[in-house]
Amino acid sequence: MSKRKPYERKMGATWWLKNTFHTKYIIREGSSLVIAIYSFVLLFGLFRLSQGAEAFNGWLAAMSQPGWVVFHILSLAWTLYHSITWFSLAPKAANIWLGQKRVPDSWIVSGMYGALAVISLAGLILVLI
Amino acid sequence: MKRSNEPVFWGMFGAGGMVAALFTPIAILITGLLVPMGIIPGEQFSYERLLAFSQHWLGAAVIWVVISLPLWLCMHRLYHTLHDFGIHAGNLVKALFYGVAFAGSIACATLLLLGLV
Repeated sequence: MSKRKPYERKMGATWWLKNTFHTKYIIREGSSLVIAIYSFVLLFGLFRLSQGAEAFNGWLAAMSQPGWVVFHILSLAWTLYHSITWFSLAPKAANIWLGQKRVPDSWIVSGMYGALAVISLAGLILVLI
Repeated sequence: MKRSNEPVFWGMFGAGGMVAALFTPIAILITGLLVPMGIIPGEQFSYERLLAFSQHWLGAAVIWVVISLPLWLCMHRLYHTLHDFGIHAGNLVKALFYGVAFAGSIACATLLLLGLV
């Protein structure tokens, strides 16, 4: 650790509620919590899959319990909020040129929504066929 | 000055953010809501079908990407959010956070590879 002692302004635990920009920022960062939990839920499902049909069906049954359904509704909404913020930032991270002209931000954002639609549809088709 | 290891984590964060934004919503909808609520019939998401999917190299790759990469996004953000709440954690905590993402990725890959052989 560094020996320097930088000045730290004291901020209460609710600093992020005092300004809409900060509130939205913390809500976006908060999506990490549910996405991480969801990843481990899926990882556990994969582990149960590796243990055989009975174990896997036990995991599936657990997923239909009300608590997990509520968790997944919350996670879906929160993850979509992450998607929206990610898409709106995408043009700032990408610097794409077509000849002499920079690709307009709106094209990149629309492209991301298009990709979300195509991937979601492909996922549904994959599980239904 | 020592070279920063931040670009590596930032790269995984970017890849994870992309996967979480594009793939995770439909994954949650299918595995968390449509199947458990019976809207997608159980036989479409049966043990046999899922096992076959996980034992195909492409299916295994999809499962690995959907489970592992978002973990890198999440642990990166959670680690940096500690700072925003006045917790200026050191390298041990940093190793712990990225270690969770690393361990999850390796565990997932191991389960999938054991099924593939």
